[in-house]
Amino acid sequence: MLDLTYTAPTPKVIAGARHDWELVIGMEIHAQVSSNAKLFSGASTAFGAEPNSNVSFVDCAMPGMLPVINEFCVEQAVRTGLGLKARINLVSAFDRKNYFYPDLPQGYQISQLYHPIVGEGEVIVEMGPGIARRVRIERIHLEQDAGKSIHDMDPNLSFVDFNRTGVALMEIVSRPDIRGPEEAAAYVTKLRQILRYLGTCDGNMQNGNLRADVNVSVCRPGAYEKYQATQDFSHLGTRCEIKNMNSMRFIQAAIEYEARRQIAILEDGGEVVQETRLYDPDRNETRSMRSKEEAHDYRYFPDPDLLPLEIEQAWVDDIAARMPELPDAKKARFMADYGLTDYDANVLTAELDAANYFDAVARGRDGKMAANWVINELFGRLKKEGHDISESPVSAAQLGGIIDLIAAGTISGKMAKDLFEIVYTEGGDPAQIAEARGMKQVTDTAAIEAAVDEIIAANPEQVAKSKANPKLAGWFTGQVIKATGGKANPATVNALVAKKLGL
Amino acid sequence: MSAKVTGANSWTIAAARDALRKGEISAVDLTMSCLAAIDAGDALNAFVHKTPEIALEQARAADARLKGGDAPAMCGIPLGIKDLFCTRGVPSQAASNILRGFRPEYESTVTAKLFEAGAVMLGKLNMDEFAMGSSNETSCYGNAVNPWKVDDRLLTPGGSSGGSAAAVAADLCLGATGTDTGGSIRQPAAFTGIVGIKPTYGRVSRWGIVAFASSLDQAGPMTKTVRDAAIMLGAMAGHDPKDSTSADIPVPDFEAALTGDIRGKVIGIPKEYRMDGMPGEIEALWARGIEMMRDAGAEVRDISLPHTKYALPAYYVIAPAEASSNLARYDGVRYGHRAKLAAGDGITEMYEKTRAEGFGPEVQRRIMVGTYVLSAGFYDAYYNRARKVRALIKRDFETVFAQGVDAILTPATPSAAFGLGEMADADPVKMYLNDVFTVTVNLAGLPGISVPVGLDGQGLPLGLQLIGRPWEEADLLNYAHVLESRAGFVAKAGKWW
Repeated sequence: MLDLTYTAPTPKVIAGARHDWELVIGMEIHAQVSSNAKLFSGASTAFGAEPNSNVSFVDCAMPGMLPVINEFCVEQAVRTGLGLKARINLVSAFDRKNYFYPDLPQGYQISQLYHPIVGEGEVIVEMGPGIARRVRIERIHLEQDAGKSIHDMDPNLSFVDFNRTGVALMEIVSRPDIRGPEEAAAYVTKLRQILRYLGTCDGNMQNGNLRADVNVSVCRPGAYEKYQATQDFSHLGTRCEIKNMNSMRFIQAAIEYEARRQIAILEDGGEVVQETRLYDPDRNETRSMRSKEEAHDYRYFPDPDLLPLEIEQAWVDDIAARMPELPDAKKARFMADYGLTDYDANVLTAELDAANYFDAVARGRDGKMAANWVINELFGRLKKEGHDISESPVSAAQLGGIIDLIAAGTISGKMAKDLFEIVYTEGGDPAQIAEARGMKQVTDTAAIEAAVDEIIAANPEQVAKSKANPKLAGWFTGQVIKATGGKANPATVNALVAKKLGL
Repeated sequence: MSAKVTGANSWTIAAARDALRKGEISAVDLTMSCLAAIDAGDALNAFVHKTPEIALEQARAADARLKGGDAPAMCGIPLGIKDLFCTRGVPSQAASNILRGFRPEYESTVTAKLFEAGAVMLGKLNMDEFAMGSSNETSCYGNAVNPWKVDDRLLTPGGSSGGSAAAVAADLCLGATGTDTGGSIRQPAAFTGIVGIKPTYGRVSRWGIVAFASSLDQAGPMTKTVRDAAIMLGAMAGHDPKDSTSADIPVPDFEAALTGDIRGKVIGIPKEYRMDGMPGEIEALWARGIEMMRDAGAEVRDISLPHTKYALPAYYVIAPAEASSNLARYDGVRYGHRAKLAAGDGITEMYEKTRAEGFGPEVQRRIMVGTYVLSAGFYDAYYNRARKVRALIKRDFETVFAQGVDAILTPATPSAAFGLGEMADADPVKMYLNDVFTVTVNLAGLPGISVPVGLDGQGLPLGLQLIGRPWEEADLLNYAHVLESRAGFVAKAGKWW
């Protein structure tokens, strides 16, 4: 694997009324595990089903029902841990987090407080070419999702939908290594990208399959470095946790608001109270949900229905051997093997489907040309119609065929664009279409020479101007290509014009 | 159809099995005889839901199977089922008002296995609410009554499996299912002069049994003889993929292990079980039991289980802690009782009123104790310390087993059955002392069996407990079989009901 080296970005600084402040942010990401069945029951996880149709006796906590771990969800958590270069704990255990709520049928959530399945790892979050934040992962644990309470269907009654109850979540907990709203959004974006590459979470934030709790505190410049040197949290400010956000935009806005709120309190001589807050996007503000004193006492204890989860190193090794190429490695390879710029490599690796598409187009061809075609022509065209790469009417093989015709000098760039449009709308083999429709550029020097001579002879004024300023010779090239119906090879024409004009 | 046989309800499972196979009685007649005894036994309040239609349908199916030959041992055997077991379509309330009207759409693994083996369900049996109690007096159905009595004094059948014990002792059924979290099979068995075994934790599936304390709960048979316990346990036991704590270990032929030969086996006598203030009759019974084992050729050896005195406090931390969480699901949202709400009441009031109305005082007490010991700031002092004690108790047993002890003989209870209502005003801890000899076995996950050995001065049955090595129920049953044979306990409660 290729290693990219980075320098750390400068933290965001907010100028208060009295002095400057820095932000310190840690995140807990709840990522729904991609799995057909729930974490402890065989019920389906399909989204959008009729309310209460994907519910087993275990999910709705009927008397005497017992949880049985879904091995695939464990595999997904291990795969995620490996993807974040994290320590895999061969022995982990499940605990009960006890609280009452109608969408929590058991009266407790099965989670992993004391012994999570995944330990320390890291995520490299790029903030620009050669600039990246290394965010340490503290742990990943498996837990059950809750159901959904519906309060707006009836004036007097609340309803509950247990379809989501018991669906497996991975809670990915970072250290407080994130230093600004943009970094926070970039961290979620990167994590989402990695999870999607791994196939362990679909990253669909709109459906709530990826949600973030954000811990925000502010401190004076210099304090964070003391924390980093000692890992002593007393150097940092009191944090507030903003719960359950499912949009990159809201995450940034909420952090921005929350930081300014805390700064205003501190500069006023007040103290930030540790509490849980909710972000209201309509008003762009965070509001207190519950204070530390009101915080639930969850009475965690080991779940006696489940034995400690023991996995074997050989099983982990087998998962590791089947790991896909991850974004950082893919980007490095694209840059090294295909000569891509940092920017293009980022664009082409953002989504796995697009990266795979590009990889297939570029393999054995000019990487830069392939990148231009994929990014400018294909992505542009798809975006115009609101399509995804997976819906592209032009396959990688077809686009490769077009690029091959350009590389062979068979067609010009202009013809290629026309050919692309035909393949996009009508389909077909590019080489056959070009052949059938006479899309073939003229490289026969004699034929082009005649056209050049003719145009030079007809435009003496232009000849004089070009001799005075050779940059104007391009006019002749354009005229020649036009005269040949666009079929003349521009490189050949250029050379001939220069020669005839004696430039 | 065979000739009518009277009194078949008093048969043992083994005798009934042989008679059924020989065609000397039909499963239907056997069942009818039990149903009649049940109807005549209402004063015992042992059965809280009678299921005669199901029983007769199962009996007819059993007869068909018996005719075909090759029927399993439990085929056609009428049983009572503790109300803690979920039985499909049949009220299963754990003797609690909070599950009033609850009829599960599923069958517990244990009852499903028994029914697959051809057993017949006569109905559901009384018990302490959520299996919390030692006298069956916390039941929402009122207490069951011990068929044994002294003069006009009505006695407890023990608990929590009090209905099971009363029903078997009074010959209302041939056997019954029980569950044992801290002694709930063994104590009532001792109080009613029957046999009850709590298997090794993990031997019998907990799936479909209403949970009390998940790390301690284990189901087992309550029967008239050790042989019957061996036969019935064989049908109840086995790995269940639906219970993660169920062990994937083969189930041996327990009955075949009843050789009666225990020569050279080492029986440990733990000195810590000789409690201060232990009634002389219990001590004498224990001494007789020791003699019986020695006479049978076993080596009797004094042993020490040094952490025994911490077992009861540890148990009364761990069991309520797990219960407080296990019983959180009874919230009035999805099934069972829901309180009528006043205008303006919200979800908190719904929880509070529902649970205040639905749970009885003892269950509420344990939920509160359990919530307290798990709460922030107290967790280490109580729950974690209790877990450490539990580990030490387990190690005590492992140590003596490693030193060659094959089984341990102790009293089953500190007294004979006590009078109903006598403990009503007592400190709850006094009631908890009933479990003093039995809780160690649950904490260590070991198999334990209670065997009736004699009568006290008032003519009430007393039992001894044998504790075995994990997964060695077969050997344990053989030791119990020897004790049973030597004790020659044949007394029955005089029928007064």
